[in-house]
Amino acid sequence: MHGFRQILRIEARLYLRDRPTLLSTIGVPTLILTVLGLIPALREPDPTFDGQTFVSYFAPSLLVVSLVVVGVNTLPAVLATYRERGVLRRLATTPAHPAALLAAQLVLALAGILASALLLIVVARLAFGVPLPRHPLGFALAFVLGTAALLALGLLVAAVARTTKAAQALAAPLFMVTMFFGGAYLPRFLLPDFVARIGDYTPPGVQALLDAWTGTSPQPLHLAIMAVIAVVAGASAAKLFRWE
Amino acid sequence: MPVIEVTHLKKRYGDLVAVDDVSLAVEAGEIFGVLGPNGAGKTTTVECVAGLRVPDGGGVSVLGLDPRRDAAQLRQRVGVQLQESQLPDRLRVAEALELYASFYRNPADPAALIDKLGLGEKRNTSYKKLSGGQKQRLSIALALVGNPEIAILDELTTGLDPQARRDTWGLIEQVRDSGVTIVLVTHFMEEAERLCDRVAVIDRGRVVALDSPAGLVSTVAPEQRIRFRPSAPIDDRLLTDLPEVTDVHRTGSQVVVTGTGEVLHAVTSVLARHQIVAADLRLEQSTLDDAFVELTGRRPAN
Repeated sequence: MHGFRQILRIEARLYLRDRPTLLSTIGVPTLILTVLGLIPALREPDPTFDGQTFVSYFAPSLLVVSLVVVGVNTLPAVLATYRERGVLRRLATTPAHPAALLAAQLVLALAGILASALLLIVVARLAFGVPLPRHPLGFALAFVLGTAALLALGLLVAAVARTTKAAQALAAPLFMVTMFFGGAYLPRFLLPDFVARIGDYTPPGVQALLDAWTGTSPQPLHLAIMAVIAVVAGASAAKLFRWE
Repeated sequence: MPVIEVTHLKKRYGDLVAVDDVSLAVEAGEIFGVLGPNGAGKTTTVECVAGLRVPDGGGVSVLGLDPRRDAAQLRQRVGVQLQESQLPDRLRVAEALELYASFYRNPADPAALIDKLGLGEKRNTSYKKLSGGQKQRLSIALALVGNPEIAILDELTTGLDPQARRDTWGLIEQVRDSGVTIVLVTHFMEEAERLCDRVAVIDRGRVVALDSPAGLVSTVAPEQRIRFRPSAPIDDRLLTDLPEVTDVHRTGSQVVVTGTGEVLHAVTSVLARHQIVAADLRLEQSTLDDAFVELTGRRPAN
């Protein structure tokens, strides 16, 4: 893809230059974790959570926050803005392909998600004694598939929304649904069981993350659903994407 | 040998016929204007030339190549400045030019181009903080940074204040003098009159006239009007007898003579012979604006 390397370098620079967005996307989940972790009662093992602390139980939902903010909020907004302002169209008149800009944004979204997740896991471990994921391979798989499903949904929003406003309007309900079912608004043990079960299948698949974090391997069905969402949404986005 | 040849171009969007039948040829080294009312098909025509749209019919050849089949080659050799295309807010002037320069095999020196376009003091300014004129100049710089043989510039000076507009015109003339062929899409008649060697007027998807601006005016709207205040009474017949004069009438103490060709010379000669002095003499010639109205039946949208 002609121009990809140069575009990635510039886009990364722009990404780092936008401090407020950078801090809020990468830092917020860890900030919430820290606030909760400072409450002693939430660091006590509790039978409600199979003998884990609330902080351990809630950490996967904070991971959901990281993924959703970048995948469903930031990515479509940036791409829709680039299209609306004619950045993609201008690129199409040069020897570089606008797909190079799309790819660069995906790489940056992934980097943002990884940074946010790593920060969360490390702070949870060091400050609040949350164990590192006990089933690393399963965790990596659940993380990768959940991320792919969310990024694909974000791309689909960017593909069909003509303007930045439309992208925000489409992304908002998606954002709330994935956050709600991911247990980010209300901890899942407070949700009716069937609602929590729905959350097993909404991206990024919080139950698979929780399972792998606390020790059992994630259920194949949970992972398979994420893969299907990623492929279907990704393919639709590729088919529907408008460059102008 | 034309560098751009468009023959019987057709382009529809659903039921809307954007370009019905457009044929034109652009010669190397000229500034070629594409004029027309809004929605006439100007932008669609140049987008087909730039390879951004696929024509439904007819042919387009640019530098002897096909804009679709040879897109990769042409993108190296044709610079395009599109209507209303912006850059990311936080991108700085020098970064934008260096990035775009890196796409081309044989780019211009970004730093030199920045100076040439008068953006030297703004090289580290982010796009968001540039004025309208500066954004426009940056946009032109991006279209030129690949050292193109042809530059296509769409609505170059829309939204600029008169001073910035004049500065931009000067810049375009410099670019042409360096050997670049320029296709200029515009609805400013003053701009076309000042810059273009030849213009094509497009209306409802068709070329309705193609000539130099002066040629267009003299064939489409040849009438000239002379106003003066005679120093002594004058018989209308002295003037109406002249073959160049088509009409004489008076408004107050003013005589208004309408005619064609060398009417000014004919009228002043008659007056001199009768020792009449023409006070407050004014000659009103048609402009491209008048020609445009004649051709399209519409005022240019300003």
